[in-house]
Amino acid sequence: MIAFNKYYNHFNYISGILIICSLVLLVFKGLNFGIDFKGGTLIELRSSDDKINVSSLRDKFSQMDLGDVSVKKFGNDTDYLIKFENKDNKKNVIEEIKANLDKSFGNNFNFRRVENVGPKVSAELLKSGVIAISLSLAIMLFYIWIRFEWQFSLGAILALFHDVIVTLGVFSLFSLEINLSIIAAVLTIVGYSMNDTVVIFDRVRENLRKYSDIKIFELTNISINETLSRTIITSVTTLLALLAIYFFGGEILKGFSLAMILGVIFGTYSSIYIANTVLVRLRVSQKTVLREDDQK
Amino acid sequence: MLYFSKLRIIFITLISLLFIAIASSNLIKLDDDFFDKKINLGLDLQGGSYLLLEIDNAPVIEQKLQNLTTTIRNYFKEQNIKINNIKIENDNIFFNVDDQNKQTIIDTFTDENSDINPYYPRFKSHQLNIEDTGVNLKVNFSKQGIINLKTSSQDQAIEIVRRRIDEVGTNEPNILKRGNNRILVELPGLDDPMRVKSLLGKTANLTFRFVTNNQNDSFGVEKLKYEDGIEEATVSKRIIISGDNLLDAQPQMDTQTNQTIVSFSLDRVGAKRFGKATSTGIGKQLAIVLDGKIISAPVVRDTIASGNGQISGGFTFQSATDLALLLRSGALPAPLDIIEERTVGPDLGQDSINAGMIALAIGFLLVIIFMFVKYKIFGLITNVTLIINLFILLGILTLFEATLTLPGIAGIILTVGMAVDANVLIFERIKEELKDEKNNILAFDSGYIKSRTAIIDANITTLLAAIILFFMGSGPIKGFSVTLGIGIFTTLFSVYFIARLFTSLYVSKNRNKEKLI
Repeated sequence: MIAFNKYYNHFNYISGILIICSLVLLVFKGLNFGIDFKGGTLIELRSSDDKINVSSLRDKFSQMDLGDVSVKKFGNDTDYLIKFENKDNKKNVIEEIKANLDKSFGNNFNFRRVENVGPKVSAELLKSGVIAISLSLAIMLFYIWIRFEWQFSLGAILALFHDVIVTLGVFSLFSLEINLSIIAAVLTIVGYSMNDTVVIFDRVRENLRKYSDIKIFELTNISINETLSRTIITSVTTLLALLAIYFFGGEILKGFSLAMILGVIFGTYSSIYIANTVLVRLRVSQKTVLREDDQK
Repeated sequence: MLYFSKLRIIFITLISLLFIAIASSNLIKLDDDFFDKKINLGLDLQGGSYLLLEIDNAPVIEQKLQNLTTTIRNYFKEQNIKINNIKIENDNIFFNVDDQNKQTIIDTFTDENSDINPYYPRFKSHQLNIEDTGVNLKVNFSKQGIINLKTSSQDQAIEIVRRRIDEVGTNEPNILKRGNNRILVELPGLDDPMRVKSLLGKTANLTFRFVTNNQNDSFGVEKLKYEDGIEEATVSKRIIISGDNLLDAQPQMDTQTNQTIVSFSLDRVGAKRFGKATSTGIGKQLAIVLDGKIISAPVVRDTIASGNGQISGGFTFQSATDLALLLRSGALPAPLDIIEERTVGPDLGQDSINAGMIALAIGFLLVIIFMFVKYKIFGLITNVTLIINLFILLGILTLFEATLTLPGIAGIILTVGMAVDANVLIFERIKEELKDEKNNILAFDSGYIKSRTAIIDANITTLLAAIILFFMGSGPIKGFSVTLGIGIFTTLFSVYFIARLFTSLYVSKNRNKEKLI
């Protein structure tokens, strides 16, 4: 049996620091919103001429009077991702760019993807993204509240907030782009983290009914150990699937799978070191579950 | 828990085979429409354009109010009430009347059978509100009036959009209303999205008006630019004919000048008016105005009574074709703005499919190998179940002809990773039970029973997340939530029926074996 409970305090401090750091990052550095939430235009280009490189392309785009343009390599050497704000919402901007590129580089570009999100739509998408995440947290809270005692709910929700905040903190730290698929990833993380916590809590409650003489500090440790191999196997298989998406699923899914990978790691960690420590700190005992049983 | 009746075994086998067959039907082409169901590929996989258009209703409202001022003036004139100082400001009409007539006017507007202010009994509201500001009377659209106006311009606009897209001839376009002022257009497999965008971006409001130098024209005049944006001309506001009078328009080659032109034919009313105008206006310039810009302003040389004419203006064949198309399909009631566009080229779509499939294969393989190494014979059972699960999932997607997107493929891969969870929960529980319980069969039974609440809780939480995504998400994300959500049900089915069937067969055969798992 691994003595997870020996480190409850240490990891609580670490988690506290992680959350504070993440919040500081989120408040002061903010998130790198993609065009979905900020509005603007995105173009994915593939060049068929290997003389074309990022810097020549960047020079060309900066001459086009598009405002702040970012030109980056995307995946392999011939693919480029161009992003700009398109503040005036020019209608024929793509045609102009195409004509401009053809003039300077010859007809060597394939416009693989064009996305243009107006300011109104991006504001709506951001709003619905925030609503979706808040709503899912609220529904999870409600679900766990009807399924478990309030001490458990608090533990699960704190674990959830930890996962979401720290994952977003990592995205802020590395300026990774937040787009629609990241919202999907965050929601899936919420589901996964909850799932993981619930499995351990289920066991804690079962053990609480079974043993009246074991203190919650010991009892959580027993429960964590009993469910440990399941926790590990499920995280490993989920991570294997996600790593396959990350490395082989193409550039478009990279951000999504990275967010999910982080979420699975944090989710597994928080089920053990946040959710359970809340039970310990709230001095959950056999009475807590039995009282509930009586009421039913 | 271990016992399976013959009937149940047959039932499980049949269902599994059925879905495997349905899923496989994606690979072969069947003639029968009913059986030939396929998973639809989303625009991000097959390539295509997603456009969200917003109707700019401001000009429509302004135009309606403009018309209304005339209506109000004339209507009350007949009743010998004089309307003074009528003006439009910020979407409100203001006017003055003598104090003794004020109440009559207000009564006319608030009467449920009012001639000039329609009443909607269903919404208990008039089209227009009237208010006495003390200084003058204020008339504006009521909330319901605005809604009705928006819906009707949306109805007209969607019809025109549909006609224009049909004329371009894309396959299976999807054109839907969104809210009361937006139109969603999905165009799969489009070669040239820019052309459609430019076609949808034009109102195509065509008018024929005389160029005039007389500033005192009784209809008013305005300065309009030519298409080149440099030259200008003063044009009367009097409309000779408009796009509504057109019966047909076609691009043509003028054999004399070797120019591309657009020839048109007019309806009866239009032909009459055109004939009259061209006979009285010989020597004058007739401006052909499209969306506030002059295409050309030829000099009238002859009376044109046939109702056929042509527009020249330095067209290429493509631009002439597009203009003819726009004129045939009619003018939009209001300008459309493209507020969101997502276009994926067909080769990127194919790349995404390939990448998705490779990721799926590799992810699947890794999970299968891991499970086999970890659990041996029970790993094998999990793996077989996993494969059947995947087929059932694909089968259901096929059955509903669901749309598969790139995030949807990610959802399937994720399902593969998470689907083992339920089996692992059960097997681990059985292992624990075997520590105290020496009877294999009893241990298996209680393993299944005791793990059930955890499995159900775990799956409900994921399902809740998927449902929220489905309702809040758009396009590709919706595809993700669909596969994730359906994946939960197929996983539960395959764990509790297929995997349990295999497990029970194996355990009954080896009931006395030690260290079974």
